[in-house]
Amino acid sequence: MSETMETKPVALFLTCLLDNLRPNIGFDVVQLIQACGFKVEVPEAQTCCGQVNYNGGDKLSAQQIAKQVIDVFLPYDQIVAPSGSCASMIKNHYPTLLEDDAVYADKAYALSLKTFELSEFLSKHADFRKTDDNLTLDVAPIMAKVTYHDACAGLREMDIKDQPRALLKSQSIAIEEMQEPETCCGFGGIFCVKYPEISDHMVTKKVMDAKQTNAKALVTGDLGCLINMEGKINRLGLDLPVFHFAEILANPQLITNSAMAINTVVDDEDSATIMRNEAL
Amino acid sequence: MDVKSDQFIPLANIALNNESLQQSMSLLGKGLAYKRKLAIAALPEFETLRNEARDIKDHTIRHLDLYLEKFEQAVIDKGGHVHWASNDEQARQFVLEICQQNNAKRVTKSKSMVTEEIELVPFLEENGLEAVETDLGEYIIQLRGERPSHIVAPAVHLSKDQVAETFYAHHQKLGFNEKLKDRVDMVAEARQVLRSKFVKADVGISGANFLVAETGTIVLVTNEGNAELTTAIPDTHIVVTGIEKVIPTMEDASTFIRLLARSAVGAEISAYTSFLTGPRREDDKDGPKNFHIVLVDNGRSGMVGSELQEMLRCIRCSACLNHCPVYLSVGGHAYSSVYSGPMGAVLSPQFSNITDASHLPSASTFCGKCEAVCPVKIPLPKLMRHWRNQAFDKKLSEPTLRWGLWWWSYLNQHPKLQQRLVNIGLFIMSHLHKKDFISKLPGIAGNWTHSRDFRKPAASTFQSQWKKQQQRTRGGHHDS
Repeated sequence: MSETMETKPVALFLTCLLDNLRPNIGFDVVQLIQACGFKVEVPEAQTCCGQVNYNGGDKLSAQQIAKQVIDVFLPYDQIVAPSGSCASMIKNHYPTLLEDDAVYADKAYALSLKTFELSEFLSKHADFRKTDDNLTLDVAPIMAKVTYHDACAGLREMDIKDQPRALLKSQSIAIEEMQEPETCCGFGGIFCVKYPEISDHMVTKKVMDAKQTNAKALVTGDLGCLINMEGKINRLGLDLPVFHFAEILANPQLITNSAMAINTVVDDEDSATIMRNEAL
Repeated sequence: MDVKSDQFIPLANIALNNESLQQSMSLLGKGLAYKRKLAIAALPEFETLRNEARDIKDHTIRHLDLYLEKFEQAVIDKGGHVHWASNDEQARQFVLEICQQNNAKRVTKSKSMVTEEIELVPFLEENGLEAVETDLGEYIIQLRGERPSHIVAPAVHLSKDQVAETFYAHHQKLGFNEKLKDRVDMVAEARQVLRSKFVKADVGISGANFLVAETGTIVLVTNEGNAELTTAIPDTHIVVTGIEKVIPTMEDASTFIRLLARSAVGAEISAYTSFLTGPRREDDKDGPKNFHIVLVDNGRSGMVGSELQEMLRCIRCSACLNHCPVYLSVGGHAYSSVYSGPMGAVLSPQFSNITDASHLPSASTFCGKCEAVCPVKIPLPKLMRHWRNQAFDKKLSEPTLRWGLWWWSYLNQHPKLQQRLVNIGLFIMSHLHKKDFISKLPGIAGNWTHSRDFRKPAASTFQSQWKKQQQRTRGGHHDS
């Protein structure tokens, strides 16, 4: 049997924050990509995308890290990262970072063509019912309302806006928008420890905005934002759990209080995807 | 230009706790951003105009010398004079000389960021001239002895009550004895005070929003009418402006005019958009007899052909300030520069130096909102990163951070070592902390836990758990 697109493994770019701080989300991400019909491989020699050094002015280190990432991931057909900022670093910034490198300039470009942010990837390969704002799904009624924070790099560098929302809606989760979903949460990598008071001011504003929606949870697509907002919410004693959208898609019962798995209808045997959820 | 950003953090902290300033910034952010959004929604060709404006600017910058010479010739043909100032000192000197040549005692000024950049007014006052700011915001801060905190609304950091206090303190000697409460009344009082200044001025100094090479015309975009009175009444008009303001044609000017007020304050056009060309002609009812333009370089030409070239597109609309979450948190004075916010983060180090101004490009999350709203699509985060590269090479950052970055880079290039060390660290952490959330972390991480908690991570990394899972799967089951 010849190898089809679906049988070529997808390489998972974990992101350093996920690998080190939130391994459980990694398993959710694997599950989601597998649900699209792909094998998932997690290359061992991966660490960070290098954006910390890149944005810290350390161009040389960023280049060294970038080359390493390229060496590890270039052999794959598709690379998926559960982070807009990391996906953008690879897709948009590596080509510029290495444009003067005789060997890696082309490689960086080649890698950029096949690197995707998770919601972007799932939107392409997941087969879900298209929803409209009235959520007239014939699948299931609205199970829960969440509010969504648009992580900056994902939004402005990868055009991630509708994709995670549509994916959530396909699982009968409605979005109650906060007043300023697109305003920066104040993480900014090193920024949050270099300018902690300004960062605190920004994250306070963000979490109060999220809280006033009375949504069941705050959902986002980048781990930096996630740990930042979650940490502030906990310090303030607000009752508002924070999740990566991958967690919700893989485990809707986290917020819907439903022990039942949510199934969507399979259109045909060969169709790429089904958002399937194993009851945990 | 003098910029000392080493006070950025303490000034920012003061600003964060200044309730009055926070209210002003909140109004600015919500008000102007919202108005801009509405104005753009009503203009279907906005995106096209942005691209055109960017292209006009890029083209002009690539031929800056030719367009400046063309502009100079056109001004001279119309009877004006052009002076080329390499730096702020030369520019101040030119202005003083022109004033002295015309026996000027009293000067009125309309708003010009370049004159703030070169610190013109204190210099003129030192040399015996009376120089009155006539833009309402500039007038207020001149009374208070403050620098502007915003490139379009220089007094935006002040509340109505603060302005009332200032007028009450300074206008009593002019015969105004009532402390005002109403904004309309305050404007009326300022208007009365400034009226006599306008009429008695010997020299009027203005900036210029655009310089049209085709005709030698300067374009002034204002809302108060003070620029018109400043430039039309006195015998001598001096324009102080940056060399990057030149654009090729009147047609081009219309593209920028359509973008400027919308981007700045969400208006289709400003109340006054004036086109001034040379001194008064024989049949003109008013206008200056002497028309002078001081073209200021002060670091701008150095940007041509450099990584900062795109910054020369800037039309000083302030959209980036009005949408920047950092600027809106701390206001303009924290930057210790007349150019604050994102555009200031790029320009201030250029007009001064990166050592003195290093906090400005550093204090950003690179959220990218500035670039998204810039009418001429300046890649502001990229340009700030250029300065961060310079700062890093000069070792300007704190040792802890530099050391941290080095370690981060080293570990990331030694994945096996990193995994081992991180797993050890996570293991220790999981045993040190019993609760779900950690409220105190050591070292620089203490800056995190000062105001927020840190969820206790799992006891091992994903890769370590994945490896174990894969081994189990391969051990007992078929491949999935």
